[in-house]
Amino acid sequence: MSATSADAPPPQAPPAAVHRPAPPRSRRRGVELSLTAAAVLVSVYGYAEVGLATRGAVPGDAAGYGAGLALLALLAHLAVRARAPYADPLLLPIAVLLNGFGLVLIYRLDLEPSLGPRAAPTQLVWSTLGITLFVLVVLALDDHRVLARYCYVGVTAALALMAAPIFFPAVNGAKIWIRAAGFSIQPGEFAKVLLAVFFAAYLSANRAALAYTGRRVFGPRGLQLPTGRVLGPVLAIWLLSVGLLVLERDLGTSLLFFGLFVVLLYVATGRTGWVAVGLLLSAAGAVAAGALEPHVHSRVEDWLHPFASIGAGLGPGQLAQSLFAFGNGAVLGTGLGQGHPELIGFATKSDFILATVGEELGLAGLCALLALYALLTARGMRAGLAVRDPFGRLLAVGLATILALQVFVITGGVTDLIPLTGMAMPFLAQGGSSVVTNWIIVALLVRVSDSARRPPPEPPEDAP
Amino acid sequence: MTRCIRRCAALGLALLLALALNAVRVMVLDAGAAAADPANRRIAIARYQHPRGGILVGAAKVTGSQDTGGQLAYARTYRDGPLYAPVTGFASQTYGTSLLEGTEDGLLAGTSPRLASVPLWKEITRNRQRPGDVHTTIDAAAQKAAYAGLAGRRGAVAAIDPATGRILALVSSPSYDPALLAGTGPGVTAEWQRLNDDPAQPMLDRAIRQTYPPGSTFKVVTAAAALESGTVTDLLAPTDSPDPYQLPGTTVSLTNEGRGCDDASVYDAFRISCNTVFAKLGADVGLTAMVRQAQAFGFNDTRLRIPPGVAKSNIDTAMGPDQVALSSIGQFDTTATPLQMAMVAAAVGNGGELMTPYLVDRVTNHAGAVVARTGPVRLHRAVSEGTAERLQQLMEAVVSDGTGTNAAIPGAVVGGKTGTAQHGFGNKGTPYAWFISYARPPGADRAAVAVAVVVEDAEAARADISGGGTAAPIAKAVMRSVLAAPPRAFGG
Repeated sequence: MSATSADAPPPQAPPAAVHRPAPPRSRRRGVELSLTAAAVLVSVYGYAEVGLATRGAVPGDAAGYGAGLALLALLAHLAVRARAPYADPLLLPIAVLLNGFGLVLIYRLDLEPSLGPRAAPTQLVWSTLGITLFVLVVLALDDHRVLARYCYVGVTAALALMAAPIFFPAVNGAKIWIRAAGFSIQPGEFAKVLLAVFFAAYLSANRAALAYTGRRVFGPRGLQLPTGRVLGPVLAIWLLSVGLLVLERDLGTSLLFFGLFVVLLYVATGRTGWVAVGLLLSAAGAVAAGALEPHVHSRVEDWLHPFASIGAGLGPGQLAQSLFAFGNGAVLGTGLGQGHPELIGFATKSDFILATVGEELGLAGLCALLALYALLTARGMRAGLAVRDPFGRLLAVGLATILALQVFVITGGVTDLIPLTGMAMPFLAQGGSSVVTNWIIVALLVRVSDSARRPPPEPPEDAP
Repeated sequence: MTRCIRRCAALGLALLLALALNAVRVMVLDAGAAAADPANRRIAIARYQHPRGGILVGAAKVTGSQDTGGQLAYARTYRDGPLYAPVTGFASQTYGTSLLEGTEDGLLAGTSPRLASVPLWKEITRNRQRPGDVHTTIDAAAQKAAYAGLAGRRGAVAAIDPATGRILALVSSPSYDPALLAGTGPGVTAEWQRLNDDPAQPMLDRAIRQTYPPGSTFKVVTAAAALESGTVTDLLAPTDSPDPYQLPGTTVSLTNEGRGCDDASVYDAFRISCNTVFAKLGADVGLTAMVRQAQAFGFNDTRLRIPPGVAKSNIDTAMGPDQVALSSIGQFDTTATPLQMAMVAAAVGNGGELMTPYLVDRVTNHAGAVVARTGPVRLHRAVSEGTAERLQQLMEAVVSDGTGTNAAIPGAVVGGKTGTAQHGFGNKGTPYAWFISYARPPGADRAAVAVAVVVEDAEAARADISGGGTAAPIAKAVMRSVLAAPPRAFGG
């Protein structure tokens, strides 16, 4: 893989020049600034639209809201411009747009009193905190490779964070929250990033041992099992984390960690066998959970028969309501503020926020949104392809995988493609921990993409 | 490593495509089914988001809408609810719609494509059309007269304009106020429960949805069959019928309430309502001709819509001679709705021509422009002109000099027929009092109004129940109110 990014202008190398200078690199910061400004404008427009549709007037604080979002986005941009000048110019604008649009949606859902207390102000505070952390990470982290050094500290912290909710009461059947002083945080969200860092660091350090040592099973061309000494620690930590989540009934996040681990193992070793093993294990796990855990069993039943409760005379369940909402949206949607998200009830602002997107913006809006996520993921993968160090590659792929899996699992869940699993739509859903975590993920991707696109120092390092 | 990352990215793309295809399934292919699912509350919300169109009697709306401030914004209100309930039905946010509120729902709710000025534009803008209004054929004075005449007793009245088929009155008693069912909540549920549990069945539209044994009023049909088939040619000739009359092939003897039926002429037998004469007459006419005649008046028709569906009035098509004899005096399995019997009287009063009864004169859009209009449509020629004239002689004799003198209106020609239908095991049930009639203004050659009245009064002493005593005065009041009104411009 050449270090030259596709964004570089076509080389116009003079023929027969022996020592030519590296071609001038476009940093594309102007593109990022204008796209970010557009993202802010779209968000403010959406905010005004909600007010116009529901109250007949632009909300009085639209200007202030827009100015605040613009200021935060500008600070983020300036941080990128100062410390990561070669970073991918699409990452920040997409994150700003998703977060801004998420705020619009939550503001819109706040208009339905039956959906609980207002959440937009809190979400705004968390978004501010998230962007601040983004700025801090971009400013403070010079080189992503530093993270690999702290991976054991990080994973210890992650496990501690994930274990903490056990000591707090369950909310809606899942013990995944810590509530204190009026705030509730979901430590599992932060653990996502820490685990991705740990997996990336450990696997990149032990790649060769994982891929080429140990016993071979299933014949001479079959899967090579690494020695327990190499696979042991990572397997232990992964099992511990998944076990903790199962204990806390956070099946969505355990599924996410499982997928993340399998993907990274595959990318690190290049062995397709790991994917097969992963799929077999996850299928076995899914069947076991579906059979043993009543909570999961009912989700599977809902998935197979979303309208069963109507036939039983109990009225439409939440998934049926979600499907009604999507159906009502049809191709173009009802328009912001003109759907009926209150019918979906509980979790409308979190797990089911996409149903409102589908109802009010239609198939067109939903596809546009999915395209944004796809672009964000693709840019993460692309940073992984372009960066030279194995740790950076695995980190970028891991972070992009976290985003992609979450989007797939939650979108597939609320549209009845797969059984519903509680998970937060990145940037969109109500939830402070999630927003903050996603901003950190984007900051790390910015950092990795910056080093991926940075011109190689003289003399160039050898490509992996 | 590069290859693996690319494959991961490709997998991501595949997952995205799966999501998009599934979204198309849910949001486009299955959207219609979701929108039609009765459990989808959006239908109700959209339906009640705007005031509903009005149902009009004459120039006045008998319905309205009231903002409830709830999720289902506008609830229905009714003016004179119990009076017009057999016409309007109810539009309930909890229990759906009935009668005109049901059959004209698309128009009243604004969903009917008939309201769209530009086809497909609504599909693009997704704006809701403004609802239209339904103008009924009901005559307020006739409706009120009928309702007042029943005075809360169980029964029903149907009145028709014989020349056009316009339904002038449709009353069922006891009635209920549809406003009680309009909204949502425990109050509405409790009212629904109470109305359904009430043994008096106030929500039953007796005028079109309940059938009764027609008793002696069915003798009009029997006389028509006898004349049309040629079994009787001279109304005044003796009929060679004994009193009592033994039903053919049985040992059962039929008697009469009154005297003078032995070998009476059809004229006299009709005037004083002889069971023996008409039972024998029916048996002589025979099953085929009897059934054909009854069907020509509208019996056995399951497709009649006014537009609310009308219950089928029945005459069996396979009967023994004794059963034909009983059917010919409105007993055995013969049953009829009050509307059906009004149609019989209307056909006689209209020279044998039976017009299709209808309840909706026209529907208009929000701007008052006519979207659709119902015109007079011939349903059948029930009897020939000549037969109709002779049936008129019979029916007019009932009022001038027979069992129906209580229906006489000075200055108008009135023809009628009384009936006292016995029913129940061994005829122990309280009999139903029937009266069917038509009235013709002086000088006119066709009747201006035809009425059927049935009173099923469980409270009254049995002896007091008779078509002439109980039902005829109600019919008279209804006919008078129609005759007293200035002639209406057609379609006005």
